[in-house]
Parts: sequence; C-alpha cells; structure tokens
Amino acid sequence: MDSLTWVAVASIISAGICMGIGAIGPALGEGRALAQALNSIAQQPDETNTITRTLFVGMAMVESTGIYALVVAMILLFANPFWNYFLSKVG
Amino acid sequence: MRLSPDSMMWWSWGWLHLNGTILFTWLVMAGLTLGSWLITRRLTNSAPISRGQHLVEAIIMMILSQLGDVTRQEPRRFLPFLGTLFLFIATCNLLAAVPWFEPPTGSLSTTTALALIVMVAVPVYGIKDTGIKVYLWNYLSPTPLMLPFNIIGELSRTLALAVRLFGNVMSGGMIGAILLILTPFLFPVLMQLFGLLTGLVQAYIFTILAAVFISAGLTSREIDEAIQP
Repeated sequence: MDSLTWVAVASIISAGICMGIGAIGPALGEGRALAQALNSIAQQPDETNTITRTLFVGMAMVESTGIYALVVAMILLFANPFWNYFLSKVG
Repeated sequence: MRLSPDSMMWWSWGWLHLNGTILFTWLVMAGLTLGSWLITRRLTNSAPISRGQHLVEAIIMMILSQLGDVTRQEPRRFLPFLGTLFLFIATCNLLAAVPWFEPPTGSLSTTTALALIVMVAVPVYGIKDTGIKVYLWNYLSPTPLMLPFNIIGELSRTLALAVRLFGNVMSGGMIGAILLILTPFLFPVLMQLFGLLTGLVQAYIFTILAAVFISAGLTSREIDEAIQP
C-alpha cells in the first residue's frame, strides 16, 4: 500500500477511536454532576436557581474535553492536512 | 465539505480577503446596531411602552440579574462588555436557522478573538479595581512557585473558551450537513432545533464564564477589606 492509502486508513481509524473513547469520560462526569445536583435540589429546593445555573456552568466546562475530541475527529475526517498534502503530491 | 465560513471567499483584492466569516460578522453587527437604534429612538417612561422597549428591558434585566448573582457585585459596570458578548454570540447562533446564513462563531478566528478580548479584559478590570501591584501580586499568591501554573491556567482557560464555543457551533452545523446527505427531512430539522438550543446555552456559558473570570480577578480586594476591618 502506498502512503496515500496509509494516511487514509490511519485517519479513519484514529477519528473513530478518538471520538469513541473521548465520549466516555465527559458523559460519566456529567452524569455524576447531574446526580449531585438533583440531590442538592432535593435537600434545598429554594436554592434551585443557583444550583441549576452552577450545574450548567459546570457541565459546560466538563463537556469541553469531549468537544476537543470531536474537533480532532472532525479535522481528521474533513480537513485532514496530511491527506490534502499527499493528494496534492499525487494529483 | 466546508468546516467553517472561513473558506467562503466573497471578494479578494490583493491581500484583502473578504470571506464568509467577516461578511456574516458585519451583517450581525449591522443588524444589532440597527435594531437597537430603531428601538431606542423612542424610549418613554410613561404607560404605553413599545414592544421593542419591553423586549430590550426584559433582556437587560435578565442579564443584570444573572451577572449580579454570579459576580456578587454591582453588575452595571460589567453590563456593556458582557451584555454585548452575550447578545452578539446569541444572535450569531440563533440566526443559524436562517437558510443562507452561517454563524461566524463557527470559525475558530471569531471565537479566538472573543476569548482574547476576555483574556485582556480580566487584567483591565482587575488593575482598574485594585492597582497594578496588588493584581500582579495575585499571581504569586499562595507561593511564587505557582507563577507558571497561574500563567498556564490563564492561557488554557482562554483556549478552552475559544474551542468550546467553536466546537459546539461548528459541530451543530456539520451534523446537519451530514444528516442532509443521509436522511432528507426529519432528522436535519431536529438537529437544527438542537443546534439552536446549544447555541443559546453556549452564549450563556461564554458570558457567565467571562463574568466568573473577571470577578475572580477582582476578589482580592474583598479579601483585603475583610482582613482589615
């Protein structure tokens, strides 16, 4: 197989693994955060607004790493610099 | 498949390139300014208030209450900067539902620019409040060994702000485009709706995080005042 094929195979497999593994961590973390937030709302219902707002801010921060994995996977699939370079060499 | 509006080239003249991001940013700026001017031309205190004034007052009150809750200080001094941030990002993301429009926040350039503005605004508010010596002393605050970690923390949270907004908006548009290839009508519409929701949530998150960073740079004064009664 020539280098063009190797680049394609490596990019596709890496994109799949990156997104697959990268989705596990944030999902687990957000689930735990949500469970704690629900506990707190049950204990102090009149603080619901503050708890909900802090929950959303915390979830956005936790989700960041999942977004990083998504961005890397998208770049590998759709804006792959190595693919474009080798394609320009061949074509 | 286009990753961001950066690759839509509208007009080139030598080294000046007018790409889609700049064009859509100008459109949003013009739209917001024109709408505000039209609404604030006739501001009244008496009973029949126009609908535009109602809308603007409601939005401003909401932003003020949220900022006041998060920063626990007088929110009016942050309102011009953070309110504009929220309105700009929310308008960009909500207009993604309009057919020809692509949100300029789907380009890493726009989000990096906004994050850099926040990174510069944090020391500006801090130094205006506490003076430059106290603010720089904060970087050495638990021990001088923490200086590199504080600096890296500043840079990394700026990067996180930029990439979070970019990733959310870009992936929303791209999922819609991919689903259009696969299943024509139903799922792309649902993903567009979800994209509107995440766009609004991300605008709120960006503003609240900027408020948290700015107020974190200000708290040194509250601690000093608490120590010296």
